[in-house]
Amino acid sequence: MKIKSLLTSLLAGTAAVLIPLAAIAEEAAKVAAPPANPAPILNTGDTAWMLVSAALVLLMTPGLALFYGGMVRSKNVLSTMMHSFVVMGIVGIQFVVVGYSLSFSPGNDFIGGLSKMMLNGITPDTLFQYVATSANAIPEYVFVMFQMMFAIITIGLVSGAIAERMKFSAWCLFAILWTSLVYDPIAHWVWGGGWLMQMEKYMGLPNALDFAGGTVVHLSSGISALALILFLGKRHGFPHERMAPHSLPLTLLGVGLLWFGWYGFNAGSAVGSNGLAALAFTTTTVAPAAAGLSWMFAEWIHSGKPSALGFGSGVVAGLVGITPAAGFVTPGWGIVIGLAVGIVCYCAILVKAKLKYDDSLDAFGVHGVGGTFGAIATGVFATVGATGLIMGNVKQLLTQLVAVGASATYAFVVTCILAFILDKTIGLRVEKEDEIVGLDQTQHSESGYNLF
Amino acid sequence: MKMIEAIIKPFKLDEVKEALNEIGIMGITVSEVKGFGRQKGHTELYRGAEYVVDFIPKVKLEIAVPDEMVSKVIETIENAAKTGRIGDGKIFVLPLEGVMRIRTGEKGDEAL
Repeated sequence: MKIKSLLTSLLAGTAAVLIPLAAIAEEAAKVAAPPANPAPILNTGDTAWMLVSAALVLLMTPGLALFYGGMVRSKNVLSTMMHSFVVMGIVGIQFVVVGYSLSFSPGNDFIGGLSKMMLNGITPDTLFQYVATSANAIPEYVFVMFQMMFAIITIGLVSGAIAERMKFSAWCLFAILWTSLVYDPIAHWVWGGGWLMQMEKYMGLPNALDFAGGTVVHLSSGISALALILFLGKRHGFPHERMAPHSLPLTLLGVGLLWFGWYGFNAGSAVGSNGLAALAFTTTTVAPAAAGLSWMFAEWIHSGKPSALGFGSGVVAGLVGITPAAGFVTPGWGIVIGLAVGIVCYCAILVKAKLKYDDSLDAFGVHGVGGTFGAIATGVFATVGATGLIMGNVKQLLTQLVAVGASATYAFVVTCILAFILDKTIGLRVEKEDEIVGLDQTQHSESGYNLF
Repeated sequence: MKMIEAIIKPFKLDEVKEALNEIGIMGITVSEVKGFGRQKGHTELYRGAEYVVDFIPKVKLEIAVPDEMVSKVIETIENAAKTGRIGDGKIFVLPLEGVMRIRTGEKGDEAL
């Protein structure tokens, strides 16, 4: 009861602060006249920040490898970490060869063209202007690298669902096909000039808001994870066999690296070293803080103990939830989103445990559910540089629902097709005996821990 | 000669070792083991998945002693390892056929 009343007063306080702020933002939006588009000038501050951000986002993938690696049994630690590491290799090449072009070069409203294959036409002097009305620009190579890191982590997230049973060769093929056919088109829709950026033309609605990839990264990977496990099936022995995490310290270290890297992911998505980045940095701090606590308290009340894995999972859920909203909401609403997404994702994993489907490391439960929640919450709570439901803009919420529905359906259907084809050709799963022995030994001829 | 095997609570290891040192025991072999007795296991909960842990971590000591030391050693371990609560462990005494010190080739009580 005490916690409940504390939350209520916290919510009331937040609302009291936010409502006048929202009014000021609306005033400012009315006054600004559309300026002429200036020619791009390299901004060294922005460039420096974006170089650092790209490196921070890359660091999330080893962080994810630790996060997932700690949660599996010790016989599968290397195979699980390799699912993340190997996509740094695969997508690290794919994105330069075709990925960037399919996502960000001019094409049609569905997918980009092939004019920037092998980064054709880009030189160290090519500048990229993120905001057309501002002269500030960064080298296009920096933008390419920043975006590549997003493509890498996204397919990495999917691997959480398939741990401990998927054939390594099938995973590698799936990674390259999925990134080209699912990630790149959705990135084009939301960020590369595709149809979700032309909602006025298509449906008379405002454009979809996705600050740092709630839909493109988390929703698409979470839904695809769910689709993939429908074809892959449960782990042998699930759910009656003990499949407890073998090293939660690794997992918590992973959470720490993910959070650290996420500052590049979210604050870097301002594509500039500016106040917007500072806002995103702030929301990226308060939302996971709130979500870690809300998951922890939910678990404490519901099952009796505040678990370390629970707090860590809550932090990741909070990071996922704030991702689409990071630069569009005030810190107060960031806390609200964090508190809510922690509880929503905790409920999602409880439902999963009841339904007994084997999303081994909760890629869907955290990223699918958290990503969906965040995308919708953005349409509700957007108050900075955009307006959501709480400022009376119902249309934004509709756009968000369209973006979520379309991305989820597309990712689900294409993943099902890919999984079906791979299953019928090379096979998705390892042999039952190999699975029992462990994937480290049978897929990689190594073991994670050698005592002698 | 006898082989004494004692299963004790892990946090009692230091006290037992000190006590055995004091009565002149020169060598102990220690291993981390898991098992169950009357002390029940516990449950662990990971993201809603509940697992019952039947096997509890314990420490096993193996001490080879001359016959006249057996009762002294048992008494010492008992005193040092006892908490009075369930799960304190057990002490087993086994016959020991022979001993040899590899470095010198000494055999029997001399090798202990």
